[in-house]
Amino acid sequence: MSKRVTTIQGTEAAASVAHRLSEVISIYPITPSSDMGEVADAWSAAGRKNIWGTVPHVVEMQSEGGAAGALHGAQQAGALTTTFTASQGLLLMIPDMYKIAGELTPFVMHVSARALATHALSIFGDHSDVMTTRATGFAMLASASIQEIHDLALIAHAATLESRVPFMHFFDGFRSSHEIQKIEELDDDTLRAMIDDDLVWSFRANRMTPDKPVLRGTAQNPDVFFQSREAGNTHYQKCPGIVQKAMDRFAELTGRQYRLFDYVGAPDADRVVVIMASGAETAQETVEALNQDGEKVGVLKVRLYRPFSAEHFVAALPDTVKQIAVLDRTKEPGAAGEPLYMDVVEALATKGITDKYITGGRYGLGSKELNPGMLKGVFDELRKDRPKKHFTVGIVDDVTHTSVEWDLDYNIEKDDVTRAVFYGLGADGTVGANKNSIKIIGEETPNYAQGYFVYDSRKSGSMTVSHLRFGPRPIHSTYLVNHANFVACHQAVFLERINVLEKAVEGATFLLNTHVPAEEVWDSMPLHIQEEIIRKKIKFYAVDAYKVARETGMGQRINTVMQTCFFAISGILPRDEAIGKIKETIYKTYGKRGEEIVKRNYAAVDQAVDNMIEVTVPQSATSTVERPPAVPAEAPDFVKNVTAKMLERPADLVADHIPVSLMPLDGTYPTGTTKWEKRSIALEIPVWDPDTCIQCNKCVMVCPHAVIRSKVYDADLLENAPPTFKSTKARGREFAEGTVFTMQVSPEDCTGCGLCVQACPAKNKAEAKLKAINLSPQPPLRASERENWEFFLNQIPNPDRRELKVNTVKGAQFLEPLFEFSGACAGCGETPYVKLVSQLFGDRMLVANATGCSSIYGGNLPTTPWTTNADGRGPTWSNSLFEDNAEFGMGMRLTLDKHTEYARELLTQLRDEVGAELADAILTSNQKDEAEIFNQRDRVAALKEKLDGLDGPAVRQLRTVADALVKKSVWIMGGDGWAYDIGYGGLDHVLASGRNVNVLVMDTEVYSNTGGQMSKATPLGAVAKFAAGGKPMIKKDLARMVMVYGNVYVAQVAMGANDAQTLRALLEAESYDGPSLIIAYSHCIAHGINMQQGLEQQKMAVDTGYWPLFRFNPELAAKGKNPLQLDSRAPKAAFEDYAYKETRYNMLVKAKPEVAARLLQQAEANIKLRWSIYQHLAEMSYNGDSAQ
Amino acid sequence: MDLSTTYLGLKLKNPLVVSASPLARDLASIKQMEDAGASAVVLFSLFEEEIRHESVELDHYLNVGTNSFAEALDYFPEYEKYNIGPEKYLEHIQQAKKAVDIPVIASLNGSTMGGWIEYSHKIEAAGADALELNIYHIPTDAGVSGQEVEQLHLNILTEVKKHISIPVAVKLAPYFGSMAHVARQLDWAGADGLVLFNRFYQPDIDLDALEVTPNVLLSTPYDMRLPLRWIAILHGQIEADMAATSGIHSGADVVKMLLAGATVTMMCSALLQHGIGHIKEVLDGLQTWVTQQDYQSLEQLRGSMSHEHCPNPAALERANYIKALNTFQQYAP
Repeated sequence: MSKRVTTIQGTEAAASVAHRLSEVISIYPITPSSDMGEVADAWSAAGRKNIWGTVPHVVEMQSEGGAAGALHGAQQAGALTTTFTASQGLLLMIPDMYKIAGELTPFVMHVSARALATHALSIFGDHSDVMTTRATGFAMLASASIQEIHDLALIAHAATLESRVPFMHFFDGFRSSHEIQKIEELDDDTLRAMIDDDLVWSFRANRMTPDKPVLRGTAQNPDVFFQSREAGNTHYQKCPGIVQKAMDRFAELTGRQYRLFDYVGAPDADRVVVIMASGAETAQETVEALNQDGEKVGVLKVRLYRPFSAEHFVAALPDTVKQIAVLDRTKEPGAAGEPLYMDVVEALATKGITDKYITGGRYGLGSKELNPGMLKGVFDELRKDRPKKHFTVGIVDDVTHTSVEWDLDYNIEKDDVTRAVFYGLGADGTVGANKNSIKIIGEETPNYAQGYFVYDSRKSGSMTVSHLRFGPRPIHSTYLVNHANFVACHQAVFLERINVLEKAVEGATFLLNTHVPAEEVWDSMPLHIQEEIIRKKIKFYAVDAYKVARETGMGQRINTVMQTCFFAISGILPRDEAIGKIKETIYKTYGKRGEEIVKRNYAAVDQAVDNMIEVTVPQSATSTVERPPAVPAEAPDFVKNVTAKMLERPADLVADHIPVSLMPLDGTYPTGTTKWEKRSIALEIPVWDPDTCIQCNKCVMVCPHAVIRSKVYDADLLENAPPTFKSTKARGREFAEGTVFTMQVSPEDCTGCGLCVQACPAKNKAEAKLKAINLSPQPPLRASERENWEFFLNQIPNPDRRELKVNTVKGAQFLEPLFEFSGACAGCGETPYVKLVSQLFGDRMLVANATGCSSIYGGNLPTTPWTTNADGRGPTWSNSLFEDNAEFGMGMRLTLDKHTEYARELLTQLRDEVGAELADAILTSNQKDEAEIFNQRDRVAALKEKLDGLDGPAVRQLRTVADALVKKSVWIMGGDGWAYDIGYGGLDHVLASGRNVNVLVMDTEVYSNTGGQMSKATPLGAVAKFAAGGKPMIKKDLARMVMVYGNVYVAQVAMGANDAQTLRALLEAESYDGPSLIIAYSHCIAHGINMQQGLEQQKMAVDTGYWPLFRFNPELAAKGKNPLQLDSRAPKAAFEDYAYKETRYNMLVKAKPEVAARLLQQAEANIKLRWSIYQHLAEMSYNGDSAQ
Repeated sequence: MDLSTTYLGLKLKNPLVVSASPLARDLASIKQMEDAGASAVVLFSLFEEEIRHESVELDHYLNVGTNSFAEALDYFPEYEKYNIGPEKYLEHIQQAKKAVDIPVIASLNGSTMGGWIEYSHKIEAAGADALELNIYHIPTDAGVSGQEVEQLHLNILTEVKKHISIPVAVKLAPYFGSMAHVARQLDWAGADGLVLFNRFYQPDIDLDALEVTPNVLLSTPYDMRLPLRWIAILHGQIEADMAATSGIHSGADVVKMLLAGATVTMMCSALLQHGIGHIKEVLDGLQTWVTQQDYQSLEQLRGSMSHEHCPNPAALERANYIKALNTFQQYAP
């Protein structure tokens, strides 16, 4: 059979087999498995067939629980099925997994193993998810490399049919799922040769059909349940043999032999590690290196973990072994040991083997590195007289001292392997270019190629680090490049903050993109970079890639230029050949997007090398530019000792070494830490023009990053103002004479999104293109505006909240935001709402945040944006899960209600002791406005003082719950994926409960955080993942569904269309003593828009009638009035004029014009229908009788 | 009377051609034009800049935010093919050719010399009977001289003519220092026809938003005065055919243009206003007039009121202005 090599990432390697061997694929997006479902959907959309000649159906469900249910049903009806999932998603599938296994159903699921959320969420890889399914009855097969993922996927699909045991095929999230490697691709003939069609037909014959009815899913009694449970045992007994048989058959077909347990190393090894998945690759590489140095070590790779065959395990282990370390990539607190370790102990005990020392260790949780140095550390530990039991490796545990020591400098990589590290910005295309380079080298040269990419936790200004290896032998290095012989820095600004050459070996090559003229390049380097270059004798090349990109129409995309320079100096391919291959790849990648793009890329390739220079390196470093500290000296200790280390790059050289003792025990972190990280990512920042400004505060309102603030204050405070600090007379009768107004921008926190400019309604009288706020280049303003910002923040007081007209946009925007400088996308459409809520209610607010974009920009370390006011009050925030957020928030409300009730009971009981006047004042306060809440706080403070002088059980109880006497506001926040899909059941229940919670749905109409998958909020006609042909169904009208309850406050808002209505809705929702739901239009990067135009798109959405604004206030119904008020007018603009400005709609016009036209027509019709329904509802008569 | 004529070497059954307009986007409309009596149709323009922009825009928005954040390495499903580029237009030419028997004239607006040549080639290969070069150029740079602008027009025409063999007409704006000279230069450079004139979208100012807004207004019969003058002046001075466009709404308007010397007349606004069936009314009007006036052929009629042949050529020159001024003064306070 023909051998075809391809260079793909792990997810594709799995999906390629799964798609070809399935009829029905049911999925739900979750990182890092989403890619598998997406690529399967794309193949089906493109008509790619399975090996039986039909295109598999791919269906996206509302949750993984739903996906599993659908699979179970599809299997019962006789379809070959598959799914792809990870982490929490896998947990949601567990109930169905028990059923599927209990019914002995052939089925394979492919899991990119990922950490489970415990003290924190982690999107990264470990085995804590797959290990929770050990008891389900699924067979578990682990792959260690991309080739193995491809191969073992097939072996799993073959073995499940014969054994009838369902299989979970898993591999490490990110490390394997997102690593790109050159592999040998399995063709359809190989798949056919491995799959016995008789078994397929016999599976199908077992299906539910009324033509031959059966009954499954009975309820059984104590008489037979147990026996029935044991009835399938033989299938599990035979399963390992069947898997080995499939592996042997596979070897005959491909020449690649796998075993249930594969041993690599010295045949007479004295020490062995047992490990599964990607760590086994590095273990193999380390073992080979150690044995070359004369040691006798080995690695036993576990492939079939369940059913665990003790017999095969023992047979694979050399008799000579004296010490065994079993490495688990999971943690089971309180267990006798981690699961693989326990299985090994049991296997050896069962076989009567007692002459070996066995220890277990944990490694790699949440994608923590496992490199050769660490494995050597384990082997060294095993050599000790009493090796540690239950050790850890890869961290510094200075509390319980579990960690073994390792040598970071241990390097076993061969010189003939190119090891390259590229530092880039997300926006500059570095990763994309590197992916293409790997493809070129993998597929056009005999070299093996590997790529792995490390991303930022921020969505704006994010840094990417690409780790590439190319070499003559298969690459088993499943760890980051630590000894690079090529380093490229695609953004010169990184040099100031990062030692990009820390990983460079002596004699390495360094390529820098810089706009500095050739003769000035050396002098522009910071001192630490100059020193590294000289010390390591680095060959230094520079190119002004931005110039080339600009001149060739590539804008900020410097990828092609840098890629060409890389090939030109790395010498992997002859230069002309490389350029030819780059152009071919450009054509393949971008050709379908039009000739112009291809031409521009070609031009960039052609001009790249001519613009590159080799920099002459002098004998000594002369720079005076030193590396600034990661955070300022005035930062709190935790920020200086911990956060600052997390901010350092590369993370694996700094943050990975933060010891256990510095970590909070329970995942509790201080708020307000983004302010210590000055990212300075904006190329341009807004500059205020006081003469043009009408002081409307709209720019403050819309700023997604809370970097524009305004204050009104006494002019006397300006005495010590910095020289460029601006102010002007405050407008408005409410401000006394001598009061001035300032609008100030934080230059180093701004992302330069430009929404403020868009929102500004004022125009310069002399030059209409200018507004009262305009973008200007940041660098020349940075220092002066930083000084102004500091003065503004620290020397000018915030106004008294009680005196502000918070029901006006202007008044509300003088409130201090308690959500600032998040890492959301520049120009994010969600964060202005979040910030506004924090301004209005932040000092008394609890937030339950659904997993998604808002939990990432809200709670992803190293720094977080929720912050406190001068009194130390501010939002307290937590994220439970994706699916349970409404319930999570309701739980907070239940506690608050209970504690308030209890505190009132206690206070009533202690009335005389604390003083009747104070007690009554507290008990009767309605806390309807800011002033009354402030007063209540004062009263409660007075109460606490009184309590300090008293004692008794009731007093002691009241002390701990007295704060509940001050009104608290519960906010349940999340996106549409949560509210419309996975969390809808819970949301519905919570809203129906009547409890006083406020739900803010930031509706981006897709799963934004996981990359734009369709949700039920996705509008008809829009393209999303899993709706590649344009969504054929209308958007779920969540607001109308919820209004049916009658007692839920419901509002639909769009800040860009009507900021005052947004503000009013939030105030009404919060003041309503019952459940509230606010659905907020949130423009999003996933809409494919110019984010600066986001507010304009919101306005258009309203003007076209697509997004009507309204408020449904049950309090009005109680007064006999119609509770529904429409706040926007009848559609006045064409839907097309709104929709076709967005890529999500217009890409369909480009790809499938007829479909687009049809869907557009349907969308327009639906808009009209919906508007007339709302109009009708708003005009209905609510007399006193019908109101309830 | 036989209304047949020849334009760009194409035999036409009458002198009424539908000019480049959005109406021609729809094949059924093109068929309707033929049925209503149009003798040829000029398709809407293929804009090179639009194609380039579309490609760059799509690429930009498909790239934004990609490969930046681990959970969302991209945001859209990628199609295997997009209808970007001239293919859709070329396919439209082919389909139009199949749908009707009247000549189909393609229209092209290039933005680079390479584009003019490349797309002309493709249009010819797609089967267009002729090509109209829609040179839509507003020289905003004060450093560019009128001569350079004229040279640009000549270069485009010369290059395109070098590369294709179907007839080529040039659609011109009237804004030249010496319109007649430019026309003659183009004639000498090999233009098979001149289409007079291109109507630019003129901007307006939105007083509420303080923004410049492009304002598309349909032509009125008054707009025909400008081409009428220049066709009358150019008649006899150049060999290339002349197509009159702008403001032709009735049979009488067609007659006037023919009298001035137009080879054919082109209509767009009137059809957008009154429907494609209006062609028939216009033709009827033309036929009625020539019959009533007892003209024998279009050749006899054509140019009989040109600058060269009309009884009062001065009226086509400055006298016209003086008269207008006098009329104005009559009504002045």
